[in-house]
Amino acid sequence: MAKHTVTMTINGESVTAEVDSRLLLVHFIRENLDMTGTHIGCDTSSCGACTILIDGKSVKSCTYLTVRADGANITTIEGIAADGTNHPLQQAFHDQHGLHCGFCTPGMIMRSIDMLENNPNPTEEEIRWGISGNLCRCTGYNNIVKSIQQAAKEMQQEKEPTV
Amino acid sequence: MIPANFTYHKATTLQEAIALSGELGEEAKYMSGGHSLLPMMKLRFATPEHIIDISKIQGLSYIKEDDDLLKIGGLTTQTEIEHNALLQEKYPIFGDAVWLTADPSVRNCGTIGGNIAHGDAANDQPALMLALRATIIAEGTDGKKEIPIDEFFHGFYMTALEQGDILTEIQIPKARKNSGGAYYKMERKVGDYATAGVAVHIELDDAGVCTEIGIGLTNVSAVPMRLERGEAFLRGKAVTDALIEEVAQMASEDCEPESDLRGSEAYKRSIVNTLTKRMLNKALERARQ
Repeated sequence: MAKHTVTMTINGESVTAEVDSRLLLVHFIRENLDMTGTHIGCDTSSCGACTILIDGKSVKSCTYLTVRADGANITTIEGIAADGTNHPLQQAFHDQHGLHCGFCTPGMIMRSIDMLENNPNPTEEEIRWGISGNLCRCTGYNNIVKSIQQAAKEMQQEKEPTV
Repeated sequence: MIPANFTYHKATTLQEAIALSGELGEEAKYMSGGHSLLPMMKLRFATPEHIIDISKIQGLSYIKEDDDLLKIGGLTTQTEIEHNALLQEKYPIFGDAVWLTADPSVRNCGTIGGNIAHGDAANDQPALMLALRATIIAEGTDGKKEIPIDEFFHGFYMTALEQGDILTEIQIPKARKNSGGAYYKMERKVGDYATAGVAVHIELDDAGVCTEIGIGLTNVSAVPMRLERGEAFLRGKAVTDALIEEVAQMASEDCEPESDLRGSEAYKRSIVNTLTKRMLNKALERARQ
Protein backbone atom coordinates (compact mmCIF):
# COMPACT_ATOMS: atom_id res chain seq x y z
CA MET A 1 0.00 0.00 0.00
CA ALA A 2 1.51 3.26 -1.10
CA LYS A 3 2.10 5.85 1.60
CA HIS A 4 2.53 9.54 1.04
CA THR A 5 3.66 12.31 3.33
CA VAL A 6 1.32 15.24 3.03
CA THR A 7 1.42 18.69 4.59
CA MET A 8 -1.53 21.02 4.57
CA THR A 9 -2.88 23.93 6.52
CA ILE A 10 -6.13 23.17 8.30
CA ASN A 11 -7.88 26.06 10.04
CA GLY A 12 -4.62 27.97 10.17
CA GLU A 13 -2.50 25.16 11.58
CA SER A 14 0.03 23.17 9.62
CA VAL A 15 -0.60 19.42 9.65
CA THR A 16 1.79 16.76 8.37
CA ALA A 17 0.80 13.11 8.12
CA GLU A 18 1.55 9.89 6.32
CA VAL A 19 -1.51 8.67 4.45
CA ASP A 20 -2.61 5.94 2.05
CA SER A 21 -3.37 6.84 -1.57
CA ARG A 22 -6.99 5.92 -1.08
CA LEU A 23 -7.69 7.83 2.13
CA LEU A 24 -10.56 10.22 1.51
CA LEU A 25 -10.17 13.73 2.84
CA VAL A 26 -13.34 13.54 4.94
CA HIS A 27 -11.96 10.46 6.75
CA PHE A 28 -8.62 12.17 7.30
CA ILE A 29 -10.36 15.18 8.84
CA ARG A 30 -12.77 13.18 10.99
CA GLU A 31 -10.68 10.18 12.00
CA ASN A 32 -7.04 11.25 11.86
CA LEU A 33 -7.55 14.83 13.03
CA ASP A 34 -10.58 14.09 15.21
CA MET A 35 -12.54 17.05 13.85
CA THR A 36 -16.03 15.67 13.53
CA GLY A 37 -17.86 18.84 12.54
CA THR A 38 -17.52 17.80 8.92
CA HIS A 39 -20.19 15.14 8.42
CA ILE A 40 -20.59 12.16 6.12
CA GLY A 41 -24.08 11.96 4.69
CA CYS A 42 -24.60 10.23 1.36
CA ASP A 43 -20.89 9.53 0.70
CA THR A 44 -21.60 9.95 -3.03
CA SER A 45 -21.08 13.72 -3.52
CA SER A 46 -24.82 14.36 -3.60
CA CYS A 47 -25.74 15.72 -0.16
CA GLY A 48 -22.99 18.20 0.73
CA ALA A 49 -22.81 17.34 4.46
CA CYS A 50 -19.03 16.95 4.06
CA THR A 51 -18.47 20.34 2.40
CA ILE A 52 -15.25 22.11 3.36
CA LEU A 53 -13.19 24.90 1.79
CA ILE A 54 -10.07 24.00 -0.16
CA ASP A 55 -8.14 27.17 -1.03
CA GLY A 56 -11.37 29.09 -0.50
CA LYS A 57 -13.57 26.95 -2.73
CA SER A 58 -16.34 24.70 -1.44
CA VAL A 59 -15.55 21.03 -2.08
CA LYS A 60 -17.26 17.79 -1.06
CA SER A 61 -14.55 16.12 0.99
CA CYS A 62 -16.05 12.63 0.54
CA THR A 63 -14.99 12.84 -3.09
CA TYR A 64 -11.48 14.17 -2.64
CA LEU A 65 -8.30 12.22 -1.99
CA THR A 66 -6.24 13.37 0.98
CA VAL A 67 -3.04 13.16 -1.09
CA ARG A 68 -4.49 15.63 -3.56
CA ALA A 69 -4.82 18.18 -0.75
CA ASP A 70 -1.05 18.18 -0.18
CA GLY A 71 -0.06 21.84 0.09
CA ALA A 72 -3.64 23.08 0.28
CA ASN A 73 -5.19 25.56 2.65
CA ILE A 74 -8.26 23.94 4.19
CA THR A 75 -11.03 25.40 6.29
CA THR A 76 -13.63 23.31 8.13
CA ILE A 77 -16.59 24.38 10.24
CA GLU A 78 -14.29 24.30 13.30
CA GLY A 79 -12.16 27.05 11.82
CA ILE A 80 -14.59 29.85 11.07
CA ALA A 81 -15.42 31.32 14.49
CA ALA A 82 -12.89 33.98 15.49
CA ASP A 83 -11.84 33.90 19.16
CA GLY A 84 -15.11 32.44 20.33
CA THR A 85 -17.24 34.82 18.27
CA ASN A 86 -19.54 33.13 15.80
CA HIS A 87 -19.00 33.68 12.10
CA PRO A 88 -21.92 35.77 10.74
CA LEU A 89 -23.28 32.64 9.03
CA GLN A 90 -23.15 30.65 12.27
CA GLN A 91 -24.90 33.44 14.12
CA ALA A 92 -27.52 33.81 11.38
CA PHE A 93 -28.34 30.06 11.41
CA HIS A 94 -28.79 30.43 15.18
CA ASP A 95 -30.92 33.59 14.95
CA GLN A 96 -33.14 32.37 12.10
CA HIS A 97 -33.53 28.78 13.34
CA GLY A 98 -31.76 27.66 10.17
CA LEU A 99 -31.55 24.06 11.32
CA HIS A 100 -33.73 21.27 12.60
CA CYS A 101 -31.54 18.25 13.29
CA GLY A 102 -28.36 20.11 12.35
CA PHE A 103 -26.72 17.37 10.32
CA CYS A 104 -26.53 19.41 7.11
CA THR A 105 -25.62 22.67 8.86
CA PRO A 106 -21.78 22.56 8.70
CA GLY A 107 -21.94 21.80 4.98
CA MET A 108 -24.57 24.47 4.38
CA ILE A 109 -22.42 27.06 6.13
CA MET A 110 -19.18 26.11 4.37
CA ARG A 111 -20.94 26.16 0.99
CA SER A 112 -22.49 29.55 1.82
CA ILE A 113 -19.09 31.07 2.61
CA ASP A 114 -17.93 30.29 -0.94
CA MET A 115 -21.24 31.47 -2.43
CA LEU A 116 -21.19 34.83 -0.62
CA GLU A 117 -17.56 35.35 -1.54
CA ASN A 118 -18.50 35.16 -5.25
CA ASN A 119 -21.89 36.80 -4.92
CA PRO A 120 -22.12 39.01 -1.79
CA ASN A 121 -25.72 40.05 -2.44
CA PRO A 122 -27.56 37.03 -3.86
CA THR A 123 -31.26 36.91 -4.69
CA GLU A 124 -33.39 34.23 -3.06
CA GLU A 125 -33.28 32.24 -6.28
CA GLU A 126 -29.48 32.52 -6.45
CA ILE A 127 -29.25 31.29 -2.85
CA ARG A 128 -31.46 28.29 -3.61
CA TRP A 129 -29.35 27.41 -6.68
CA GLY A 130 -26.21 28.14 -4.68
CA ILE A 131 -27.05 25.50 -2.07
CA SER A 132 -28.49 23.06 -4.61
CA GLY A 133 -25.72 20.59 -3.80
CA ASN A 134 -26.55 20.59 -0.08
CA LEU A 135 -29.54 18.60 1.07
CA CYS A 136 -31.53 19.20 4.25
CA ARG A 137 -33.55 16.07 4.94
CA CYS A 138 -35.61 17.94 7.53
CA THR A 139 -36.56 20.14 4.54
CA GLY A 140 -35.88 23.30 6.53
CA TYR A 141 -34.87 25.26 3.47
CA ASN A 142 -36.94 28.39 4.12
CA ASN A 143 -35.10 29.21 7.31
CA ILE A 144 -31.77 28.21 5.78
CA VAL A 145 -32.38 30.74 3.02
CA LYS A 146 -33.36 33.38 5.60
CA SER A 147 -30.16 32.63 7.54
CA ILE A 148 -28.01 33.11 4.46
CA GLN A 149 -29.84 36.34 3.66
CA GLN A 150 -29.20 37.67 7.16
CA ALA A 151 -25.52 36.74 6.99
CA ALA A 152 -25.13 38.27 3.51
CA LYS A 153 -26.50 41.54 4.81
CA GLU A 154 -24.25 41.55 7.86
CA MET A 155 -21.15 40.54 5.97
CA GLN A 156 -21.73 43.35 3.49
CA GLN A 157 -22.16 45.86 6.28
CA GLU A 158 -18.92 44.66 7.83
CA LYS A 159 -17.12 45.28 4.55
CA GLU A 160 -18.50 48.78 4.05
CA PRO A 161 -16.43 51.48 5.71
CA THR A 162 -18.18 53.11 8.67
CA VAL A 163 -18.87 56.81 8.30
CA MET B 1 -17.15 3.83 0.93
CA ILE B 2 -13.43 3.66 0.32
CA PRO B 3 -11.91 2.96 -3.10
CA ALA B 4 -9.98 -0.28 -3.64
CA ASN B 5 -6.23 0.05 -3.19
CA PHE B 6 -4.31 1.97 -5.78
CA THR B 7 -1.12 3.99 -5.96
CA TYR B 8 -1.33 7.73 -6.37
CA HIS B 9 1.11 9.67 -8.55
CA LYS B 10 1.20 13.41 -8.95
CA ALA B 11 2.29 14.87 -12.27
CA THR B 12 3.33 18.51 -12.36
CA THR B 13 3.91 18.75 -16.11
CA LEU B 14 2.20 17.29 -19.15
CA GLN B 15 5.41 15.49 -20.15
CA GLU B 16 5.72 13.96 -16.69
CA ALA B 17 2.12 12.72 -16.79
CA ILE B 18 2.49 11.16 -20.23
CA ALA B 19 5.80 9.54 -19.27
CA LEU B 20 4.24 8.13 -16.08
CA SER B 21 1.34 6.73 -18.05
CA GLY B 22 3.74 5.10 -20.52
CA GLU B 23 5.66 3.55 -17.65
CA LEU B 24 2.61 2.32 -15.68
CA GLY B 25 0.62 1.13 -18.69
CA GLU B 26 -3.02 0.09 -19.02
CA GLU B 27 -3.73 -0.02 -15.28
CA ALA B 28 -3.10 3.71 -14.87
CA LYS B 29 -5.86 6.30 -15.12
CA TYR B 30 -5.59 10.06 -15.24
CA MET B 31 -7.62 12.04 -12.72
CA SER B 32 -8.39 15.73 -13.12
CA GLY B 33 -11.42 16.88 -11.08
CA GLY B 34 -12.06 13.31 -9.97
CA HIS B 35 -15.81 13.77 -9.63
CA SER B 36 -16.68 11.10 -12.19
CA LEU B 37 -13.81 8.69 -11.59
CA LEU B 38 -13.62 8.71 -7.79
CA PRO B 39 -17.34 7.90 -7.28
CA MET B 40 -16.88 5.00 -9.71
CA MET B 41 -13.84 3.82 -7.76
CA LYS B 42 -15.76 4.00 -4.49
CA LEU B 43 -18.47 1.79 -6.00
CA ARG B 44 -15.80 -0.53 -7.49
CA PHE B 45 -17.08 0.15 -11.01
CA ALA B 46 -13.51 1.23 -11.67
CA THR B 47 -10.46 -0.32 -9.98
CA PRO B 48 -7.37 1.28 -11.51
CA GLU B 49 -4.07 0.24 -9.94
CA HIS B 50 -2.57 3.66 -10.48
CA ILE B 51 -4.01 7.16 -10.45
CA ILE B 52 -2.04 9.91 -12.13
CA ASP B 53 -3.21 13.24 -10.76
CA ILE B 54 -3.07 15.80 -13.58
CA SER B 55 -4.96 18.54 -11.71
CA LYS B 56 -1.75 20.31 -10.65
CA ILE B 57 -0.38 20.73 -14.17
CA GLN B 58 0.02 24.45 -14.86
CA GLY B 59 -1.12 26.19 -18.01
CA LEU B 60 -4.07 23.99 -18.96
CA SER B 61 -6.74 26.19 -17.47
CA TYR B 62 -7.77 29.05 -19.77
CA ILE B 63 -10.55 30.42 -21.95
CA LYS B 64 -9.51 32.64 -24.86
CA GLU B 65 -10.17 33.60 -28.44
CA ASP B 66 -7.22 33.07 -30.75
CA ASP B 67 -7.55 33.87 -34.48
CA ASP B 68 -10.68 32.08 -35.64
CA LEU B 69 -10.99 29.84 -32.61
CA LEU B 70 -12.33 29.78 -29.09
CA LYS B 71 -9.87 27.75 -27.04
CA ILE B 72 -10.63 26.21 -23.66
CA GLY B 73 -7.92 24.43 -21.69
CA GLY B 74 -8.71 20.88 -20.63
CA LEU B 75 -8.28 21.58 -16.91
CA THR B 76 -10.62 24.58 -16.89
CA THR B 77 -13.18 23.92 -14.17
CA GLN B 78 -16.92 24.17 -14.66
CA THR B 79 -16.91 27.04 -12.13
CA GLU B 80 -14.36 28.94 -14.22
CA ILE B 81 -16.57 28.42 -17.27
CA GLU B 82 -19.61 29.61 -15.32
CA HIS B 83 -17.98 32.89 -14.26
CA ASN B 84 -16.09 33.66 -17.49
CA ALA B 85 -17.04 37.03 -19.02
CA LEU B 86 -16.16 36.07 -22.62
CA LEU B 87 -18.38 32.97 -22.51
CA GLN B 88 -21.18 34.90 -20.80
CA GLU B 89 -21.10 37.56 -23.49
CA LYS B 90 -20.51 35.59 -26.68
CA TYR B 91 -21.16 31.91 -25.95
CA PRO B 92 -24.20 31.78 -23.64
CA ILE B 93 -24.75 28.07 -24.43
CA PHE B 94 -21.98 27.31 -21.89
CA GLY B 95 -23.81 29.17 -19.15
CA ASP B 96 -27.00 27.28 -20.01
CA ALA B 97 -25.21 23.96 -19.57
CA VAL B 98 -22.94 24.63 -16.61
CA TRP B 99 -25.84 26.00 -14.55
CA LEU B 100 -27.52 22.61 -14.91
CA THR B 101 -24.43 20.46 -14.39
CA ALA B 102 -24.17 18.87 -10.94
CA ASP B 103 -23.94 21.56 -8.22
CA PRO B 104 -21.58 24.44 -7.34
CA SER B 105 -19.22 22.41 -5.12
CA VAL B 106 -18.87 19.65 -7.71
CA ARG B 107 -18.33 22.30 -10.39
CA ASN B 108 -15.45 23.72 -8.31
CA CYS B 109 -13.60 20.45 -9.02
CA GLY B 110 -15.03 19.13 -12.28
CA THR B 111 -13.18 20.08 -15.47
CA ILE B 112 -14.44 20.45 -19.01
CA GLY B 113 -11.72 18.09 -20.26
CA GLY B 114 -12.77 15.42 -17.80
CA ASN B 115 -16.44 15.87 -18.64
CA ILE B 116 -15.68 15.12 -22.30
CA ALA B 117 -12.86 12.57 -21.92
CA HIS B 118 -15.02 10.46 -19.59
CA GLY B 119 -17.01 9.47 -22.69
CA ASP B 120 -20.36 9.38 -20.93
CA ALA B 121 -23.39 10.28 -23.07
CA ALA B 122 -25.12 11.40 -19.85
CA ASN B 123 -22.63 14.27 -19.40
CA ASP B 124 -23.68 17.69 -20.71
CA GLN B 125 -20.57 18.97 -22.48
CA PRO B 126 -20.47 16.30 -25.22
CA ALA B 127 -23.77 17.54 -26.73
CA LEU B 128 -22.42 21.10 -26.71
CA MET B 129 -19.23 19.99 -28.40
CA LEU B 130 -21.25 18.27 -31.14
CA ALA B 131 -23.46 21.33 -31.66
CA LEU B 132 -20.44 23.69 -31.73
CA ARG B 133 -18.37 21.37 -33.96
CA ALA B 134 -15.43 21.28 -31.59
CA THR B 135 -12.01 19.85 -32.27
CA ILE B 136 -10.42 17.96 -29.39
CA ILE B 137 -6.69 18.44 -28.90
CA ALA B 138 -4.89 15.66 -27.07
CA GLU B 139 -1.28 14.95 -26.23
CA GLY B 140 0.17 11.54 -25.62
CA THR B 141 3.12 9.27 -26.26
CA ASP B 142 2.68 9.74 -30.02
CA GLY B 143 2.71 13.51 -29.68
CA LYS B 144 -0.10 15.92 -30.32
CA LYS B 145 -3.30 15.03 -32.15
CA GLU B 146 -6.38 16.85 -33.33
CA ILE B 147 -9.61 14.87 -33.21
CA PRO B 148 -12.79 16.19 -34.84
CA ILE B 149 -15.66 15.76 -32.39
CA ASP B 150 -17.52 13.46 -34.80
CA GLU B 151 -14.64 10.97 -34.50
CA PHE B 152 -14.21 11.36 -30.74
CA PHE B 153 -16.96 9.32 -29.07
CA HIS B 154 -16.62 5.59 -29.77
CA GLY B 155 -18.93 3.92 -27.27
CA PHE B 156 -19.99 3.70 -23.65
CA TYR B 157 -17.05 5.31 -21.77
CA MET B 158 -14.93 4.86 -24.90
CA THR B 159 -13.36 7.68 -26.86
CA ALA B 160 -10.67 8.25 -29.47
CA LEU B 161 -8.22 8.94 -26.62
CA GLU B 162 -5.64 6.17 -26.39
CA GLN B 163 -3.65 5.03 -23.38
CA GLY B 164 -1.46 7.96 -22.35
CA ASP B 165 -3.45 10.66 -24.16
CA ILE B 166 -4.48 13.75 -22.19
CA LEU B 167 -7.22 16.03 -23.46
CA THR B 168 -5.39 19.36 -23.38
CA GLU B 169 -7.64 21.74 -25.29
CA ILE B 170 -11.02 22.21 -26.88
CA GLN B 171 -11.18 24.31 -30.01
CA ILE B 172 -14.44 25.76 -31.27
CA PRO B 173 -15.00 28.00 -34.31
CA LYS B 174 -15.24 31.57 -33.02
CA ALA B 175 -18.77 32.95 -32.69
CA ARG B 176 -19.81 34.68 -35.91
CA LYS B 177 -22.25 37.50 -36.47
CA ASN B 178 -25.85 36.21 -36.45
CA SER B 179 -25.00 33.03 -34.59
CA GLY B 180 -26.48 31.69 -31.38
CA GLY B 181 -26.60 28.61 -29.24
CA ALA B 182 -28.71 27.21 -26.43
CA TYR B 183 -28.83 24.16 -24.17
CA TYR B 184 -31.34 22.68 -21.80
CA LYS B 185 -31.80 19.36 -20.12
CA MET B 186 -34.71 17.90 -18.24
CA GLU B 187 -33.63 16.52 -14.89
CA ARG B 188 -35.59 14.77 -12.15
CA LYS B 189 -34.02 17.01 -9.53
CA VAL B 190 -31.30 19.63 -9.42
CA GLY B 191 -27.88 18.17 -10.16
CA ASP B 192 -29.13 14.97 -11.74
CA TYR B 193 -27.94 13.59 -15.05
CA ALA B 194 -30.21 14.49 -17.95
CA THR B 195 -33.42 12.59 -18.55
CA ALA B 196 -32.78 14.08 -21.98
CA GLY B 197 -30.96 17.19 -23.16
CA VAL B 198 -30.63 19.17 -26.39
CA ALA B 199 -27.86 21.55 -27.53
CA VAL B 200 -28.34 23.75 -30.58
CA HIS B 201 -25.95 26.08 -32.36
CA ILE B 202 -27.20 27.99 -35.41
CA GLU B 203 -25.66 30.47 -37.84
CA LEU B 204 -27.72 32.71 -40.14
CA ASP B 205 -26.81 34.87 -43.12
CA ASP B 206 -28.02 38.46 -43.44
CA ALA B 207 -31.25 37.29 -45.05
CA GLY B 208 -31.93 34.99 -42.10
CA VAL B 209 -31.16 31.76 -43.95
CA CYS B 210 -29.54 29.02 -41.88
CA THR B 211 -25.98 28.58 -43.12
CA GLU B 212 -24.77 26.20 -40.42
CA ILE B 213 -26.47 24.26 -37.67
CA GLY B 214 -25.37 21.81 -34.99
CA ILE B 215 -27.75 19.77 -32.84
CA GLY B 216 -26.39 17.52 -30.08
CA LEU B 217 -28.45 15.26 -27.83
CA THR B 218 -27.64 14.26 -24.23
CA ASN B 219 -28.32 10.86 -22.68
CA VAL B 220 -30.67 9.44 -25.31
CA SER B 221 -28.17 7.08 -26.97
CA ALA B 222 -25.14 5.01 -25.98
CA VAL B 223 -22.84 7.60 -27.56
CA PRO B 224 -23.42 11.39 -27.53
CA MET B 225 -25.54 11.89 -30.61
CA ARG B 226 -25.64 14.37 -33.46
CA LEU B 227 -29.04 14.89 -35.11
CA GLU B 228 -27.69 14.64 -38.65
CA ARG B 229 -31.04 14.43 -40.40
CA GLY B 230 -32.34 17.57 -38.71
CA GLU B 231 -29.14 19.51 -39.47
CA ALA B 232 -29.18 18.58 -43.18
CA PHE B 233 -32.85 19.46 -43.34
CA LEU B 234 -32.44 22.98 -41.92
CA ARG B 235 -29.19 23.96 -43.63
CA GLY B 236 -29.84 26.41 -46.46
CA LYS B 237 -33.40 27.21 -45.40
CA ALA B 238 -35.04 30.20 -43.77
CA VAL B 239 -36.15 28.70 -40.46
CA THR B 240 -39.89 28.75 -39.83
CA ASP B 241 -42.08 27.34 -37.05
CA ALA B 242 -43.23 24.60 -39.40
CA LEU B 243 -39.63 23.54 -40.13
CA ILE B 244 -38.83 23.57 -36.40
CA GLU B 245 -41.81 21.24 -35.81
CA GLU B 246 -40.41 18.86 -38.42
CA VAL B 247 -36.89 18.85 -36.96
CA ALA B 248 -38.28 18.23 -33.48
CA GLN B 249 -40.17 15.25 -34.88
CA MET B 250 -36.97 13.94 -36.49
CA ALA B 251 -35.14 14.29 -33.17
CA SER B 252 -37.77 12.28 -31.34
CA GLU B 253 -37.64 9.58 -34.05
CA ASP B 254 -33.85 9.37 -34.47
CA CYS B 255 -32.79 9.36 -30.82
CA GLU B 256 -32.27 5.98 -29.16
CA PRO B 257 -33.37 6.30 -25.54
CA GLU B 258 -33.91 3.35 -23.24
CA SER B 259 -36.54 3.10 -20.54
CA ASP B 260 -34.92 3.44 -17.13
CA LEU B 261 -35.36 5.12 -13.74
CA ARG B 262 -35.49 8.51 -15.43
CA GLY B 263 -38.48 7.63 -17.62
CA SER B 264 -39.86 5.44 -20.34
CA GLU B 265 -38.60 5.46 -23.90
CA ALA B 266 -41.79 7.18 -25.10
CA TYR B 267 -41.50 9.87 -22.41
CA LYS B 268 -37.90 10.61 -23.38
CA ARG B 269 -38.78 10.85 -27.08
CA SER B 270 -41.50 13.32 -26.17
CA ILE B 271 -39.05 15.39 -24.12
CA VAL B 272 -36.50 15.39 -26.95
CA ASN B 273 -39.24 16.69 -29.28
CA THR B 274 -40.19 19.55 -26.95
CA LEU B 275 -36.62 20.51 -26.02
CA THR B 276 -35.49 20.50 -29.67
CA LYS B 277 -38.22 23.01 -30.46
CA ARG B 278 -37.42 25.18 -27.47
CA MET B 279 -33.67 25.18 -28.06
CA LEU B 280 -34.02 25.93 -31.78
CA ASN B 281 -36.21 28.89 -30.90
CA LYS B 282 -33.87 30.09 -28.15
CA ALA B 283 -30.77 29.75 -30.38
CA LEU B 284 -32.57 31.61 -33.18
CA GLU B 285 -33.57 34.38 -30.80
CA ARG B 286 -29.93 34.76 -29.71
CA ALA B 287 -28.69 34.62 -33.33
CA ARG B 288 -31.06 37.42 -34.29
CA GLN B 289 -30.02 39.73 -31.44
